[in-house]
Amino acid sequence: MTIRLMQGNEAIAMGALAAGCRFYAGYPITPSTEVAEVMSRELPKVGGKFIQMEDEIASMAAIIGGSVGGLKSMTATSGPGFSLMQENIGYAAMAEIPCVIVNVQRLGPSTGQPTAASQGDVMQARWGTHGDHQIIVLSPISVAQSFELAVKAFNLSEKYRTPVILLTDEIIGHMREPIELPDFDSVEKVERLVTDSPSTYRAFCNDSGDVPPMASFGTGYRYHITGLFHNELGFPTQHLHKIDAWLERVNNKFNNNAEDILLYQKDYQPEARMAILSYGASARTARHAMKELRAKGEKVNLFTAQTLWPFPEAAVEELAASVERIIVPEMNLGQFALEVERVAGRKKVVRVNRANGEMVTPDMILSAVEA
Amino acid sequence: MAEHILSAQDLDLSEGQMPREDWFESSVTLQNLRKNKRFPTIWCSGCGIGVVMGSLIRAIESLGLDNDQVALVAGIGCTARMPVYMDYNTLHTTHGRALAFATGLKIARPEMKVIAIMGDGDALAIGGNHFIHAARRNIGITALVVNNSIYGMTGGQYSPTTPLDMRATTAPYGNVEPPFPICDLAAAAGATYVARSTVYHALELDKYLAQAISNEGFSLVEAVSYCHTTFGRINKLGTAADMMRGLKDNSISKSAYDRLSDDERGSSTKIVRGVLHTKSRPEYTKVYQTLVDRIHEEAIQTRNYGGN
Repeated sequence: MTIRLMQGNEAIAMGALAAGCRFYAGYPITPSTEVAEVMSRELPKVGGKFIQMEDEIASMAAIIGGSVGGLKSMTATSGPGFSLMQENIGYAAMAEIPCVIVNVQRLGPSTGQPTAASQGDVMQARWGTHGDHQIIVLSPISVAQSFELAVKAFNLSEKYRTPVILLTDEIIGHMREPIELPDFDSVEKVERLVTDSPSTYRAFCNDSGDVPPMASFGTGYRYHITGLFHNELGFPTQHLHKIDAWLERVNNKFNNNAEDILLYQKDYQPEARMAILSYGASARTARHAMKELRAKGEKVNLFTAQTLWPFPEAAVEELAASVERIIVPEMNLGQFALEVERVAGRKKVVRVNRANGEMVTPDMILSAVEA
Repeated sequence: MAEHILSAQDLDLSEGQMPREDWFESSVTLQNLRKNKRFPTIWCSGCGIGVVMGSLIRAIESLGLDNDQVALVAGIGCTARMPVYMDYNTLHTTHGRALAFATGLKIARPEMKVIAIMGDGDALAIGGNHFIHAARRNIGITALVVNNSIYGMTGGQYSPTTPLDMRATTAPYGNVEPPFPICDLAAAAGATYVARSTVYHALELDKYLAQAISNEGFSLVEAVSYCHTTFGRINKLGTAADMMRGLKDNSISKSAYDRLSDDERGSSTKIVRGVLHTKSRPEYTKVYQTLVDRIHEEAIQTRNYGGN
């Protein structure tokens, strides 16, 4: 255990290394580049590999290739690069290839403000690729949590054979905080399910569960991987019952494991009639506002989501049932609030938005409380 | 090569029916096709892509490679459907990105023979950036580009290799864009083995593919083919057999081409077949592995790793 002062972006790289990441492919982009710089320096030290690809499309493709080859793989980017990665993120979802995509959000749309923070990609992280699919999206609120969620992102990715998006932002990414780095050997690592019977191997079927074992190329399992809808062996299919079976199994991975996937923190007070619900950098503002409100004698619940997708529906429903209004501060024009509104029923959802690159301030939340 | 040819009757399989076991034993090609994959292929009758598939199998077989150590990575298009039929590690990816996926796989598994199979649109339009950068790195991947001068799967739109003035469904008045010379592009970008042949010259293709796969660095083989159902029809070039014959009549071996006078070469429009470029240059994954080994060793010595 060592105590270090580091940036959120560095902590993500450290978390990835601790989780067993051994391949990184990326393309420079502000404000995520520190992740690539640390990985290029640290990966060779542990026998891992780094490559700077020609663009973000290639970076996403390369980490899928690396994962198929058996290496835990990651890329990091920001808004414009994240947009370019979307097609191949969908490929990873369709082919069930574990990999981690870090998006250090910056102000958009387009080139926007590369050095300004934003939470504008919440919906892109969920729906950015074409076609319907589920995906896991995690969002840290501190440097320490950047490390923890990077580890968690790899573990969920390998456990459920799915791409996982680590959705951080310029503030958390560039902020420096002290962090207690654990000995990497002591960090819990999840390895992908494997099999030892090449002759009966079915890469997209598991009779005993929803997650099929994943064999690496070059290890004696010759099988087919495709972005087309496919049968249990990976061969393209147009048969509706095969497509339906795929949809059911893959959606079950998320629907049946909500307890494992959904991470959030609840700081509730008995008889509170209002709540602040947030995530990422805005959750820090939310906590500050909560303290001021409580100091004034107001009862307020604080809900901080680390898993943004799948949306923590049951927990937010429960919160909505106990309070009259939920205040949702976020650095966009209102994205996560849309989901809160969806499950809040007739309870009031108050949006507090700032989409100009600056943080939501505690005063903005306090004004919303008084309004 | 009669034993490699399936009769039309043989191909008429109903769904789920397995070919007779002895077919697979009868030839190298069939032995390396997937026995659990339903045939026939998606390709039109008379298509040249199947010839390239046979060539690739014979090339791999001639090198005595273990099928488990061969990966075929493809993009999207008619040509990119090739790997699904073949009994190797096969990765059918997104349009244009075969070489980028292959790069990640080659880095993870440098001991494997990684072959990226692409059409002309796949490799040179949407995938053009990956093509030049894979060549620049000289990463140990064999790029096999089947060039039929058209987007076949989408119905015959002009591609980066459609010759000037030829028609396509999106060039109804003739193509005004000059085509890419694929081999020149690969050589200029840094490929260390570049060869071209045609689907008429299948045995020549076998040889070039074997040499390309044996080359340590980035190799390109351009297999010139034809699309009689789209390009051929709209340009009135006849049947598949007519177009196949055209490849015979309109191509020339490099050695014969080299014997032509300067004037003759200048006026020649023939496809030059042969090994067009070779160069000795360090291969990317080998160079990087040397670096990784050195840094890894130093880190172990100094315990400077893992963030501690």
